[in-house]
Amino acid sequence: MSERFAIVGVAQTRFSPKRADVNYAEMAYEVIAKVLSDTGLTIERDIDNAVSCSHDIWDGQTISDIGITDVIGGHLRNEEKMAMDGSTAVYYAAIGILSGEFDCTLVLAHTKMSQTNRNIVNNTAFDPIYTRMLGLDFTSAAALQAKRYMHCRNVTERQVAKVVVKNLSNAIHNPVAHKTGRHTIAAVLDAPFVAAPLRALDIAPDADGAVALVMASEKRAKTITACPVWILGLGACYDAPYLGDRDLSECLALEKAADRAYRMAGITDPAREVDVIELGDEFSYQELLWLEGLGICGRGEAGHLIDSGSIAIDGDLPVNPSGGLLSGVPINVSGLNRVAEAVLQLRGEAEGHQVKNPKIAVAQGHSGFCGQHQCVIVLGRE
Amino acid sequence: MKRNVAIIGGGQTYHAARRHDVNQIEMVNEAVRAALADARMTIDEIDTVLVGNMEFFEGTHMTDCWLVDGTGAYGKPGLKITTGGTVGATIVCAGAHHVASGLFDKVLCIGFEKQEEGDTGAILSAVAHPLYGRSMAGAAVGYFAMMGTSYMAAWGAREEHSAMVAVKARQNARKNKYAHLKLDITVEDVLNSRMLAYPIRMLDMCPASNGACAMILTDEKTAVDRCRKPIWIRAMDTAHNEQFELDWRDVTTRKPIFSKVSAGRLYKRLGVEQPSEYFDVFEIYEPATWAELVWYEDLGLCRPGEGFMLIEEHKTEMDGPIPVNPSGGVLSTNCIGASAMLRVWEAALQIRGDAGEHQVPRDVRRALATAYGGTNWTVLTALSSKKDD
Repeated sequence: MSERFAIVGVAQTRFSPKRADVNYAEMAYEVIAKVLSDTGLTIERDIDNAVSCSHDIWDGQTISDIGITDVIGGHLRNEEKMAMDGSTAVYYAAIGILSGEFDCTLVLAHTKMSQTNRNIVNNTAFDPIYTRMLGLDFTSAAALQAKRYMHCRNVTERQVAKVVVKNLSNAIHNPVAHKTGRHTIAAVLDAPFVAAPLRALDIAPDADGAVALVMASEKRAKTITACPVWILGLGACYDAPYLGDRDLSECLALEKAADRAYRMAGITDPAREVDVIELGDEFSYQELLWLEGLGICGRGEAGHLIDSGSIAIDGDLPVNPSGGLLSGVPINVSGLNRVAEAVLQLRGEAEGHQVKNPKIAVAQGHSGFCGQHQCVIVLGRE
Repeated sequence: MKRNVAIIGGGQTYHAARRHDVNQIEMVNEAVRAALADARMTIDEIDTVLVGNMEFFEGTHMTDCWLVDGTGAYGKPGLKITTGGTVGATIVCAGAHHVASGLFDKVLCIGFEKQEEGDTGAILSAVAHPLYGRSMAGAAVGYFAMMGTSYMAAWGAREEHSAMVAVKARQNARKNKYAHLKLDITVEDVLNSRMLAYPIRMLDMCPASNGACAMILTDEKTAVDRCRKPIWIRAMDTAHNEQFELDWRDVTTRKPIFSKVSAGRLYKRLGVEQPSEYFDVFEIYEPATWAELVWYEDLGLCRPGEGFMLIEEHKTEMDGPIPVNPSGGVLSTNCIGASAMLRVWEAALQIRGDAGEHQVPRDVRRALATAYGGTNWTVLTALSSKKDD
């Protein structure tokens, strides 16, 4: 990659269980207006491309970017809707800038989970012939993955519960998080089962919210901000769709996506070189599984990582200092929120959940059940 | 773009109202295999797979994830884009950006729809705003009915003119072995077909088709090494009208309209002064007959209000001076997620000289493809047999 490009501004709504005061366009406008005002940019003069991220089925509107064409500046101009996780929207926006077609791209992700029922929506992601009738949804599929992973890697319920304790307590200091709390391991393990081994606190709660950011080529970025955050590497990958075709304790797609992103960023030893990680802990066990997939530790070693305290907010390699998805970030928005949190950390603007002097951050997002599609973004201050 | 981008292969399925012989995975795979065979390539050589589809039409969330076994995306990077009727062209655009970025050399682009698995009219009505538009939404038929009445009132065209478009499309489709509606019809047949919403009759509308299209885009080196006749993507442009531009069906509107704005930008970029001479063939996205007449005018193939004269004078027939939709177009085949890609692929086939029976009888060096969707959205694609002209 010969030319560099950077994120020059981010804005997030506060996440909450239900935003009855706004429709999704108004919610999107909140963050678009904020990121434009923070960066001093205008759509007409400065933004030459827009990438949005959401899903028709969540928004209840066919071609749902119709709902945000006006607020994102798509009228008579370019806008494309990426129907994946928000991290992939960053990935795609980056490719647009690298292609030389665009200089300054507005990226938006929005979803109001309160508008519908996640179990029904997620059930329709299963194929209509063989598995949908079984009533599978992302939670029940994740329960199968959790069992397989914990069995194969000797990860204990207590170790998984520690992820919940850590992330919800990190979230206390995050001004946009909606679910926070100081829990004990015992309290997490006392919560009722939703789909064994997953209990109530192991599952990211429903939330409404939006995130926007602006990406620019090196030349533009330097004129916009004194502290651009550079995108150093990116990678994405699909795994197989049928659960029975995969060993759910492994993460082929994440390993491949991470390998690509690290190679692009020139990272050879991620555990040493990365300073902070924001990853998609849609379910508590996934934080440990994804750390193995990201090559931060060997297979089966993530349990020790959480035991050792090294991924705590004051540890050697803080993971999800924001509180992650367990603290309540809408699906689809979650990956863009991972990237935005990584940017805030690298800029030293993460307020109460700031980690000490990070230089390299990794953001990871996934789409589909059991992390079938993975996307990894490496960001840096230099 | 930083690197030149070539189309080195493509393929499509047979299109039909019912494809009970295949599920979505198998249908997509039919197009993917055809594209790989056309490019003399194996799936292992493909660097990334991009999918365009509107998941409401099939009622399956994240179709790209489910269809991995059919698309060939297992273990590969990729993504899905959903931008409505334009999505097939948006995916080509995304593919071009992937190649131009320098990160990927061989990109597989896929667009598909299996409309029989959902209710097309209901899903298209859900395009309208849930508070302000949905209660009066008439799906696509209602919108084009307003366009047709506006066109007749403003320009003095008659229903016979739209019927001529319907006949041209279905007669051309009879020469396209993949087309859905291959109808040996006359103007009288069209005027006698069932009224849906005045002046739109059954034969004025596109069908709801099942089908897929796949294309392989590569960088210049791969294209030159691997392809006898690569087709070059010279320029693309995207424009939308936002949903509350409520006079959009008025053909005399003086407000900036997506199609003219987009064509203006594309022509400026390529230095096109006389589009009907610059391009040798057009593949346009016409969901209804009247839309084709409006496209003639918006693309500058004639002056405003004269589109119906072009069809009256047979200028846009396959063997006319300005051939438009020799494939039979969207009026003959509309598998939404694939339709806009089919326009690009059919345009590429014309330049290659590989369109078979519906090859236009002239030397084709350049072609223009349009897409149409959303609340007046388009993506225009200009193709050429030369990378720099």
